[in-house]
Amino acid sequence: MSDSPVMPDQGTSKSDSSPDAPSGASGEAIRAIPVKHYWRWVGAVIALLLAAVVIRLFVLSPNIDWGAVREFLTVPRIMAGLRLTLIYTVLSMALAVVLAVTMAVMRMSVNPVLSTISWLYIWLFRGTPALLQILFWFNIGLIIPKLWIGIPFTEIYFEADTNRVISTSVAAVLALGVCEGAYLAEIVRAGIQSVEYGQSEAALALGMKRSLAFRRIILPQAMRAIIPPTGNEFIGMLKTTSLVSVIAARELMTEAQNIAAQNFLTIELLIVAASWYLFVTTIMTIGQYYIERYYARGSSNRDLPPTPIQRMRASFRRLLLPAGGSVPSASGRTTS
Amino acid sequence: MSAVSEKPAMNPMVDAQSVHKRFGRLKVLKGITMSVPAGAVVCLIGPSGSGKSTFLRCINHLEKIEAGRLYVDGELVGYREKHGTLYEMKDREVCGKRAEIGMVFQQFNLFPHFTALQNIIESPVRVKRVPKAAAVERARELLEQVGLADKADAYPSQLSGGQQQRVAIARALAMEPKLMLFDEPTSALDPELVGDVLAVMKQLAEQGMTMIVVTHEMGFAREVADAVYFLDGGVIVESGAPAAVLSNPQHERTRSFLSKVL
Repeated sequence: MSDSPVMPDQGTSKSDSSPDAPSGASGEAIRAIPVKHYWRWVGAVIALLLAAVVIRLFVLSPNIDWGAVREFLTVPRIMAGLRLTLIYTVLSMALAVVLAVTMAVMRMSVNPVLSTISWLYIWLFRGTPALLQILFWFNIGLIIPKLWIGIPFTEIYFEADTNRVISTSVAAVLALGVCEGAYLAEIVRAGIQSVEYGQSEAALALGMKRSLAFRRIILPQAMRAIIPPTGNEFIGMLKTTSLVSVIAARELMTEAQNIAAQNFLTIELLIVAASWYLFVTTIMTIGQYYIERYYARGSSNRDLPPTPIQRMRASFRRLLLPAGGSVPSASGRTTS
Repeated sequence: MSAVSEKPAMNPMVDAQSVHKRFGRLKVLKGITMSVPAGAVVCLIGPSGSGKSTFLRCINHLEKIEAGRLYVDGELVGYREKHGTLYEMKDREVCGKRAEIGMVFQQFNLFPHFTALQNIIESPVRVKRVPKAAAVERARELLEQVGLADKADAYPSQLSGGQQQRVAIARALAMEPKLMLFDEPTSALDPELVGDVLAVMKQLAEQGMTMIVVTHEMGFAREVADAVYFLDGGVIVESGAPAAVLSNPQHERTRSFLSKVL
């Protein structure tokens, strides 16, 4: 092939004169034999074999009592634990979101006091372990024994024992929410800063106040950048709630361990807990896709991102169809 | 300083008296004085960096001026003057003033998450508290006026540049402004789409809207403008009727600029 022509018009074609080449000028569809990707198949087979080995080791292991897994999957204590895990996750994320938006706005404020406070908040709560913070909130009664709300210089006040107010659950939600808020604040700030300056300028020129422009124009656009990492954080939070076992909150992980401590089915109960975490995570992931689709309205990519089901279908199609080149681009475009 | 607080007898729509503006150490406006009567169309031309866009943004207080006086419809922009002392306006008051001035940007700046119709009704409904049904009706009229009646439900990303800019004009008009500012409205458009936007602007001028237009479209300036100002280096080099400034410029800088753009 060393003498294959580089120059376009070499009158006599030398060696490879394929039969379907000549009449290609008139827009005839290309029907080429696709390149065979043998190594793809080899790779797939090896991966499947390894997966089979791993599955066999676990599923067919004589040391795992799958009957017990099935039995404990829905016992009341596990269900109560799951409920508590969900409540902690949702409440602490709600607290985190409120804190995060406030802190992100403060961080970008022209007021140096506000931006410094926000900086300190993020510095402190992002810079210390969540576990430490949980223990700290739980023991806050050691520093402030009594909580006191009242009108100064009058006799009207309300006083309460700190340990009574900051129960295990309140400590858990406060610790997780305040800690998470620091991470989310940075995500929100990045999202807000990703919106073009012209947008707020156009809003102001239309006579909108800054707060209205932020709420109606800036934040909805920032959401596109905020949602994916926040979904991550939400799932992270679901799992981080397991840390509150140190203050004996009876969420999913703690309950699983408590039961295991009584019947010694350690692995089985870990699998039970893992199944539930995975189940909730899956639901959340699907939810995230639909939220992303909602905020993708009017984005420059005119088609909405595919739903999980559409993605699954597309990737199966990619796996089965041999022609590698043309399919991947089509996978993201299927909106039926 | 009662002399400056004295309002002119016939209020011009915009009255700039020796307006100065700088960004840090860079002096952008070095004493701009001009008067735009109500109903007039004024074109600002000049090389980039000459301060024309900055001056436009000062008029609706997107930029603060440092010296001089700037009046819109007889009232100071961004300040209140009482017994010779200037008081900065509160945000709320500034917003109220801005709501009376429409602005159209070079990059359109439509809200991408709203449809064309939503873009237009957002401010009337949220700022002026117009009932939604009335706002929608008015928005449809405006879309009709700019030739986009069928695009009410399209998102900006589904519109061409020229269509987006016409929606942006409709959005500004929906606030029923008494003054329209255009900041290079056709500079980001494909040449073939410029005509549609200019036609809408011309129609607006014929309806008697007061307009200040920063532009490089000399044909538009010649045909529609009542006065043309040539800015360079933060000062007005030359001004007058379009025929005079564009066809018979007196200053060398004007001549060399026009020779490049015409």
